[in-house]
Amino acid sequence: MAQLILNHLTKDFGGGRPAVADVSLTLRKQAFLALLGPSGCGKTTVLRMIAGFEQPSDGSIFYGERRLSDAERALPPEKRNMAMVFQSYALWPHMTVAENVGYPLKVRGISGAGWRKLVGEALSLVKLTDFAERRPSALSGGQRQRVALARCLVTQPDVVLLDEPLANLDQHLRKAMEETFHAFHERSGATMVYVTHDQAEAMALATDVAVMSEGRLLQVAPPAEIYARPEGRVVGGLIGRGSILQLPLAETGERQLGWPVLREALGSHAANGAVGGPPADVPRADVPLADVLVRPEHVHRGTDGIPMRVISCVFEGERFAVALALPDGQRLKAFSSVAIAEGQTAPFVIASGWRL
Amino acid sequence: MTRADEIARGRRGGAPAESDAEGGSGLLGSPRRLLSKAWRFGPLRFLFGGGEAAESRLPQTTSAKLPNALTRTLSGVELPAMPYVTEGGSLNAMPRHGGQAGRWFAFSLRRPRVASGGEPAWLLPFVLGAVLLLSVLPLARLAGAGVSGLVGGEAARLIFEPATFAALRNTLVTATGGMVVSLLLGSLFAFAVALTDVRGKLILSFAFMLPMMIPPQVTALAWVEMSGPASPLLKTLGLAPPLGSPQPLYSLSGIALLLGVQHAPLVFLALKAGLAASPREGIEAARLAGAGPFRVFRDIVLPLGLPGLIAGGAIAFVSGIGNFGIPAILGIPAGIETLPTLIFSRLASFGAATFGEIALISTLIAAISAGGLIVQQRALAGRDYRLIGHSGARAAFALGRWRVVLEALLWAVLALVLVAPLLALVASSLVPAYGVPLNLKTVSLSAYGEILFRQSITLTALKNSLFLASAAALGLLVVTVPAAYLLTRRNGALANLIAILIEVPYALPGIVLAVAFILTFAAPLPLVGVSLYGTIWIILAAYFSSFLAVSLKPVMSAFLQMDPSLEEAARLAGAGFSRRMRDVLLPLIAPAAGASIILVFLIAANELTVSALLWSAGTQTLGVAIFNLDDSGSSDLASALSVLVVLLVIALMAALEFFAKYLPEGVLPWRN
Repeated sequence: MAQLILNHLTKDFGGGRPAVADVSLTLRKQAFLALLGPSGCGKTTVLRMIAGFEQPSDGSIFYGERRLSDAERALPPEKRNMAMVFQSYALWPHMTVAENVGYPLKVRGISGAGWRKLVGEALSLVKLTDFAERRPSALSGGQRQRVALARCLVTQPDVVLLDEPLANLDQHLRKAMEETFHAFHERSGATMVYVTHDQAEAMALATDVAVMSEGRLLQVAPPAEIYARPEGRVVGGLIGRGSILQLPLAETGERQLGWPVLREALGSHAANGAVGGPPADVPRADVPLADVLVRPEHVHRGTDGIPMRVISCVFEGERFAVALALPDGQRLKAFSSVAIAEGQTAPFVIASGWRL
Repeated sequence: MTRADEIARGRRGGAPAESDAEGGSGLLGSPRRLLSKAWRFGPLRFLFGGGEAAESRLPQTTSAKLPNALTRTLSGVELPAMPYVTEGGSLNAMPRHGGQAGRWFAFSLRRPRVASGGEPAWLLPFVLGAVLLLSVLPLARLAGAGVSGLVGGEAARLIFEPATFAALRNTLVTATGGMVVSLLLGSLFAFAVALTDVRGKLILSFAFMLPMMIPPQVTALAWVEMSGPASPLLKTLGLAPPLGSPQPLYSLSGIALLLGVQHAPLVFLALKAGLAASPREGIEAARLAGAGPFRVFRDIVLPLGLPGLIAGGAIAFVSGIGNFGIPAILGIPAGIETLPTLIFSRLASFGAATFGEIALISTLIAAISAGGLIVQQRALAGRDYRLIGHSGARAAFALGRWRVVLEALLWAVLALVLVAPLLALVASSLVPAYGVPLNLKTVSLSAYGEILFRQSITLTALKNSLFLASAAALGLLVVTVPAAYLLTRRNGALANLIAILIEVPYALPGIVLAVAFILTFAAPLPLVGVSLYGTIWIILAAYFSSFLAVSLKPVMSAFLQMDPSLEEAARLAGAGFSRRMRDVLLPLIAPAAGASIILVFLIAANELTVSALLWSAGTQTLGVAIFNLDDSGSSDLASALSVLVVLLVIALMAALEFFAKYLPEGVLPWRN
């Protein structure tokens, strides 16, 4: 079973820091990897190196035991048996929908009845059978997207690459397309690499999420895992809407923190600041400050909580987003099902925290 | 122990358990599977240095601990112990750099057959070779001859002869005067069309661009027929000056005026392109800031248009320096020589004996042109006002009741510089003899019958021009399509150099290029031993060289405006270079290639400057035929032929206009 292996992949375009630095990943067949990160983090460059449009300056890419690319030579994209959905869809305007979808087959020398059968199957999968003879210019954005997807699945590629495929679609279409991608992944069994800056998309679709920042790979984990146990401040800040608190905690011990531990840390911290001793952000000599990620859904009102001041309370549709200030001035986000008056001080419990 | 050995040993130590569990992805795999793999990856292996290398180089990972079958049955079930994707991990054991350098050693001297850019290996040498042959070789030959003439002293003396000096002075005076006229006319039309709400902008632009596309000798002829004592038009209207009074255009100011008319479209184009950078928002913001229309024009529009004005003025000046058709028709009868006509008359009277001299004069023209362009560069430095991401909306001053006034002015100018000369041309083609007024009694089509059916010279010229123009238009695509592909897919010093080398022959006055080709091909070709000089092929070679840039531009804009992912998608679909060229790229650039063919045809069919120097008996072109007919006093035949040429120009321009909506932006010079 062939795996896609990125081995210390580095790409330097010669402008200061490398676009991609030392990225190593192993993707098992059927993996659906979401490459997540802010724009300019190098995720598209990684994708283009996998496709063969860019050659790495260092490191290598393997598919199974095939060496696809390294700094010295690269197998051209046309020999990789990969497929890609481009952000612009890249449909050929001079061909009909069927011709677009069937082009990879035509290049492989398949024609006649076999061609029509495979193209028909691919088009019915994306529900575009009735549009086979139209030109791409006569289609809507979502339909073009589905043509691009059909073109990907018609040849059963080893690896399917998706470059922000939903970026140009409206919210409603995105949901529908996410389901299409999911079904496509289930059916094809291809390894898929999906580049996006939208974490909701990444979480919904992927078996694994890789977070990149400034060309470096920060963490790879399944969506639930990366949400619950992010590594480091950058990933913690990028994934979800958590707040990062600085609390005095012993270096050893559990990383998953319950309310008793948190209350003690908060209490001592707050007390420390309140008595006018050293300022709150100066660590005590014995216990250093640690970064603790707190998810807003883990913060709720409770009688055994500590008092926090409500700075703002904004209705977001399904619930209220509340901004809180701890006694020592640190900020915390919370969700609430009811409105809370701004400026009010109320006891809040932090049910769970994660030390970064 | 070397580093590679160490790694290999370390890996061997950790590997066995895993490769067992993987169920034979390595050497233990079934023979059938190995066979199929060998077939499939054969070429790759060859590229990477042999089959056994790939097999013995299995990357080790911790991720695949379950056999395939089990994974399949479990798919959809939570499998926490077996991640789909793992970060680096045990891959750290793999060498960072190829590591197998020793194994690749045998191939390290060979470049990969296909670079990752996807262009085939022959592309760069092909384009480079074509450019060297068409651009570098003739120009190097000319520069060599110029230098040796200078060193030899014999030619150096010539430069200080009074005749050369007078020609130099005349050239500078007429080119400068022409530039001023071009700036006045061009900026009037550019500001009116780009910034105001005058009606009929498209037809105004089209009509104003016509003088650029009409060959200069035809323009000159038309103006001569319009003015002067023998003008059929003036005679018909009863306005002709008495016979014997001088033709006012046979003078320095006449030449300057016509150069100005001929090159005003260049200023118009440059300024209009520059004004596209002044978006409506910028002008509206200035209005909101409290500036009246006049202040907006002075403070915003004029500074933004200045780069276009400078660029247009410089191009008009350089074109005036190299123009041959207008001073040839207007200057030679009056004994006024400019540098291009000096070359022509020297070559005509002394033949090959004068090569050194004409090389030197050509070098002088090239130097003045280069000087003009350098001044332009200096003036443009620091004036790059192109805005990024501005909205497409053009500014539009509502003129109110002044609109009618401006429209009247524009049409009056067009009537004077375009309609009246062309009418005069038509009129003199319809009169039976020079100096006869045109009326219902005298009108006759005999001139057309003469040139179309009786004169073998005009028929030969027509045939030659059509052959040269179609051969140049079609043949150039063979070079420009690969070149445009190469230039858009590559960047860096080499691509820039190729682009410059393609531009240079076009930027140089045609007369310089013609001299360069005479010098290069006067001697018999090496190996073949046949001389091109005096045949039609030397004209074709010169056309190839001078219209390379004309042919390249539309194709290049098509490639530039094409979404690169269209080609990338074809590559991932498995199409190699020639396959995707045929299936994807060529169909997409076809409209631009068509435009390129028509543009080159249009310019080449009317060309005079190059062919005037290179023609000999039997190889005359349309331009040469018109010039010779006029020179020999058959102005009615010259006019009739010119009318046909103008009709051809209008028809081809209209054809391009018709296809405009299928063309990439910036292909048609008279469109926005």
